Amino acid sequence: MGYLKIHQELVTKDVAEKMCGICPFDAISYEDNRLEIGAGCKLCRVCIKNGVPGVITYEEEKEEAIDKSLWKGIAVFAEQEAGSFHPVVYELLGKAGELAAVNHHPVYAVLAGCGLEPLAEELLHYGVDKVFCYDSEKLKEFLLLPYANALEDFITRVHPSVMMVGATVKGRSLAPRVAARFRTGLTADCTVLEMKENTDLVQIRPAFGGNIMAQIVTPNSRPQFCTVRYKVFAAAERRQEPCGEIVPMGLTETGYETKARLLEKREKPKEIDIAEAEVIVAVGRGIKSKNDLRLAEELAKALGAQLACTRPLIEAGWFDARRQIGLSGRTVKPKLIITLGISGSVQFVAGMKGADCIIAVNTDPHAGIFDTAHYGFVGDLYEVIPHVLEMIHAGRKGMERD
Amino acid sequence: MKILVCIKQVPGTTAVEVDEKTGTLKREGVESKMNLFDLYAIEQALILKKQYGGTVDVITMGPDQARAVLMEALYMGADRGILISDRALAGADVLATSYTLAQGIQWSGEYDLILCGKQTTDGDTAQVGPETAEFLGMEHVSNVLKVLKVEEGSLEVLENQENEVRRLQLPLPCLLTMEKDANTPRLPSYKRKLEMGDRGVEVISLKDFKDKDTSHYGANGSPTRVERIFPPEKNTARQMYEGEPKDLAASLGQLLKERKFI
Repeated sequence: MGYLKIHQELVTKDVAEKMCGICPFDAISYEDNRLEIGAGCKLCRVCIKNGVPGVITYEEEKEEAIDKSLWKGIAVFAEQEAGSFHPVVYELLGKAGELAAVNHHPVYAVLAGCGLEPLAEELLHYGVDKVFCYDSEKLKEFLLLPYANALEDFITRVHPSVMMVGATVKGRSLAPRVAARFRTGLTADCTVLEMKENTDLVQIRPAFGGNIMAQIVTPNSRPQFCTVRYKVFAAAERRQEPCGEIVPMGLTETGYETKARLLEKREKPKEIDIAEAEVIVAVGRGIKSKNDLRLAEELAKALGAQLACTRPLIEAGWFDARRQIGLSGRTVKPKLIITLGISGSVQFVAGMKGADCIIAVNTDPHAGIFDTAHYGFVGDLYEVIPHVLEMIHAGRKGMERD
Repeated sequence: MKILVCIKQVPGTTAVEVDEKTGTLKREGVESKMNLFDLYAIEQALILKKQYGGTVDVITMGPDQARAVLMEALYMGADRGILISDRALAGADVLATSYTLAQGIQWSGEYDLILCGKQTTDGDTAQVGPETAEFLGMEHVSNVLKVLKVEEGSLEVLENQENEVRRLQLPLPCLLTMEKDANTPRLPSYKRKLEMGDRGVEVISLKDFKDKDTSHYGANGSPTRVERIFPPEKNTARQMYEGEPKDLAASLGQLLKERKFI
């Protein structure tokens, strides 16, 4: 990397004014005939691209390049709880297979817990070359340090190029701990992953609530850590014939030590889970009163759908917060979503754009939701939906008569 | 009990756009505010201070403008603010940010408990808390709903997992990241604002750190590189229907039938 160098000899009052004006972070200032860059600098380099040429330059500093050929394999942390995998594991394995194929790398799975044999064998049906198994009574419950030690031990011994972890509550706790130990990069919530021929992983993730996508690489550190949310990638297909091998691993006694204690584990009441729904009817501010929700409820019932909503309706107290779609709510990936009276804020769209089929009904032809919808209906939901319900009911009756 | 809360100043809205020509963020006119999630951490700290006594410090990293969020925390009831500000910190990713915070925390003092918000609203990574804990060599728990009690050398928390709530005992010192809506954050007190004015914030820079090696900070200390930023893709395959409600309904019904949803 490098640093920004200011060439004071080129700085005049006019130049300074221009340079101060173009910094999007107000980090450039001019005092006592000197141009200064302050702590607000984000190294975005707009001042180089758009500024008076030559006034600020970027000076490269060479750093020693690591030998990437020493790091091989795409590894997946196979998160499990009480003998079953978190479903994100199958999706990570699906993507890991694709990434591994580019440079003919192996696919690894890391498994930690107690009584893991059936789980390890199951993984062999998903295109895993090696399952590294930390099987111990002391790993029965997820406690951070022993699990972090297991993952650290795996990386130290196996040297994978990429370490994929589900962006679950556990994964989000575990991945940063271990990434910090290796002083390597960690990219959260990747939505696109691609492998370069030099084994650099191209990681694309949303930032600023999904309004911006950032393409990130980890050019000179290994392993390349990333987390991926559930329902972002397609799950690996289960193959009839298992292949690959199970490698038993273990830690020294101190590796299992932690002063953290699990005192109690209480299952949460079965939650309304719109993230799992195959069909969703979502409502927004186009619904004028709480009473009118009946229209949407009826449509949801007719389609066997879950009802979901936008943030303003949560704030209005009309819905349980668990029914909110969007960045501050749930991410959904149903086969069908029908949005009623939703304008389509970027936050909302970020939470549902993965749906296979998006149908939007809105009175405003310029509503943002129509940029995302596959089928847009410009109309008043109060007028359109009753007709749709009639059709569905008439159709059902017709079938019953037949 | 000595408590420290890590906070961050973020853009007041996430509705920012990319300038497609330069590939950078358009920030003009975007106000800054305290990261929403940090308010729950500050509130939890103030609750513990009331229950068990002690002090609450707040720390942030950023330009001089970031002083504003420290002041807000002080007006809420925190005792002391620390601003880490240095141009050498520019371009820090998760790792470099966490390392910087850990250095700043070590400069500031010894704490029994460090609290963070679960994540920020601009980066959304939820990783800085855990990485900071790693650099400080302490245990951490993410997504904490509540601190139940503090005892000699340990505390008990409720951790919000996907399908369960776990009650955990942790040794002190440790770091917790607080779940959204864990409590109801108090408002800044006008009285405190009058009393304190703009006092109460100490500004430190790299030269105050134990590790002064610039290659560990900012872009130089960041293993990740942002290659480009761009606006999210728009779905181009779309079909619009306009007309009478009855016709719209017929088309919609037909669509649902074709796709076997009815």
